[in-house]
Amino acid sequence: MRPTFSIICFTVLSGIGYGAWFLLGLGWTIGPICKPGMLYARGETLDQCSAPFATPAGLAVAFLLVSAALLCSLGHLGKPRRAWRALSQWRSSWLSREGIASLLTFIPASILLAQSIGIPWLQWSATGGHAAASGWFGTERSDLVLGSLLSAGSALTVICTANIYARLEPIRAWHERHVVPAYLLLGLYGGGILLLAATTLDGRMWLRDRQLLLIGTTVLAAIGAWIKLRYWRSIDAQPPVTAGHATGLEGLGAVRAFEAPHTEENYLLHEMAFVLARKHARKLRRIALVAAFLVPALLASLALALPAAQSPAAWFALASGVAGLFVERWLFFAEAKHAVIAYYQR
Amino acid sequence: MTSLPPPSAKKLGLVIDLDTCVGCHACAVACKEWNDGGQFGPLPDEDAYGAQPHGVWFNRVHSYAVEGSGFGIGDSGLGKAKEPGATSAAFSNPESPIANAGLTVHFPRSCLHCETPACVTVCPTGASYKRSEDGIVLVDADKCIGCQLCAWACPYGAREFSIERGTMQKCTLCVDRIYNETLDEADRQPACVMACPTRARHFGDLGDAQSPVSKLVADRGGYALMPEYDYKPVNRYLPPRPRRDGCADTPTKAAPTEALDRAQLPGVLRWLDRVLSR
Repeated sequence: MRPTFSIICFTVLSGIGYGAWFLLGLGWTIGPICKPGMLYARGETLDQCSAPFATPAGLAVAFLLVSAALLCSLGHLGKPRRAWRALSQWRSSWLSREGIASLLTFIPASILLAQSIGIPWLQWSATGGHAAASGWFGTERSDLVLGSLLSAGSALTVICTANIYARLEPIRAWHERHVVPAYLLLGLYGGGILLLAATTLDGRMWLRDRQLLLIGTTVLAAIGAWIKLRYWRSIDAQPPVTAGHATGLEGLGAVRAFEAPHTEENYLLHEMAFVLARKHARKLRRIALVAAFLVPALLASLALALPAAQSPAAWFALASGVAGLFVERWLFFAEAKHAVIAYYQR
Repeated sequence: MTSLPPPSAKKLGLVIDLDTCVGCHACAVACKEWNDGGQFGPLPDEDAYGAQPHGVWFNRVHSYAVEGSGFGIGDSGLGKAKEPGATSAAFSNPESPIANAGLTVHFPRSCLHCETPACVTVCPTGASYKRSEDGIVLVDADKCIGCQLCAWACPYGAREFSIERGTMQKCTLCVDRIYNETLDEADRQPACVMACPTRARHFGDLGDAQSPVSKLVADRGGYALMPEYDYKPVNRYLPPRPRRDGCADTPTKAAPTEALDRAQLPGVLRWLDRVLSR
């Protein structure tokens, strides 16, 4: 399949953004942990309460990433102005479900973002304002509700994204059992490295949480690499669809296309007969493994061992990880072969 | 709504005879011509007369050489789902009527108007739909957002995206001909069927077991393409018939010896036979 930039951009960036939102939401669901004198990442000690992983900068950066990703996805449409129509067929279409889940997830995300920035109308409870809104926003209860909605919405959106591809039977490399777990895992992993980098901007994360996140991302990197290796082994073992099978003539003998139906490339060949990635698969897979998983995992270990280096380590890990995930996603699209190409015997 | 309608009794579709198709592309050209000017047109091309013309066609005719030693066509098991990737070598049979000689098969490929098409259910907008009254699969060009997911979902390559229009396009089974009361009744058939010079294309109701097309499928062992996808194509393909014996494919076969009754011959010829037989 032709690797379209808009779709690669969408799946990678939205995966990372939703992964970060999932972790943040999980933190708010667990609720604030109050300990006097606990160490913040910057080294200050504050007698404050904070939800695990809570970093306003992380929430904001993830918000930007998800928004950018959704705008990117519009770039793939022939008629982007009609995109709203895609929200109508949730009963049958995973693409439609994804659209709805992504928009719904913006509701808790926007409220939490507004709270963290400190937009006044959400802080009425603190100032004793309107009765209707008072006493709820900013409470532990609202954190629990909004946090769990944010996590659930983020997970659901990524599940929908993965299923768009995993349900397409004619593309065997996508209709494969590792695809959905890989999308979820890589999203979570991307979210982890994003939060680690973003929290260096505001320093608002308990040191203990950050260490937990460093260990977590290292473990996720290992699982991510393992699942991708299994996926690649699995798709390499898939037998190709032959022209004989596609035409139903294989019972008569060896079927060989001797004349193409058209002299020029058509839409099908342009969209579905992409060879370059399969030619260089071995090298590109190695690049993806090193950049997406190995380098960030080593940098996370470095940050654990050497807390002074954690800011540059976090940003280098993010840069390498995102670049690696882009190569991984490019391969996911570009390596996949569509069944229709069997008719052309390419 | 892109949820599928309940299965219709009427299943309009095509039956394509691979035995008589000569690969002239008249169906593809007639299709392009009709749909360029009909209600669903135009089918605009990019650089139509230039070096690299590019555009949507609903019908594409492939040409294949089927080489040697296969099953006899009668028991070929054509169209039955085989293990994916099973090669024909596994089914080789030296007794095949087309053994060693090979066969040319022209293969028109267009929308099969499946009974449970994934191209419809994946559509996020409801633009892609299956008609409940006759089973024709259509795209509502006013609702299509051009996400192209339906083309990805179709293993038969029935859908082509029009860059010029920004929407997906596909075979309509000439829905603007087959119900068109301004045409003579005999002309209310898809343009490809009307154009075929060898009558290799047949249009009719494959949901009715008594229809001419259904009988043709039953007589000739018509088969569906890649049935393992479970999209239940309606269109059927009729396999090539067995070739007659004594064609060019058996030049090495020894001519049978004829019996000669020498007693019936006159003396001179009997002498000639004896001389030549030495």
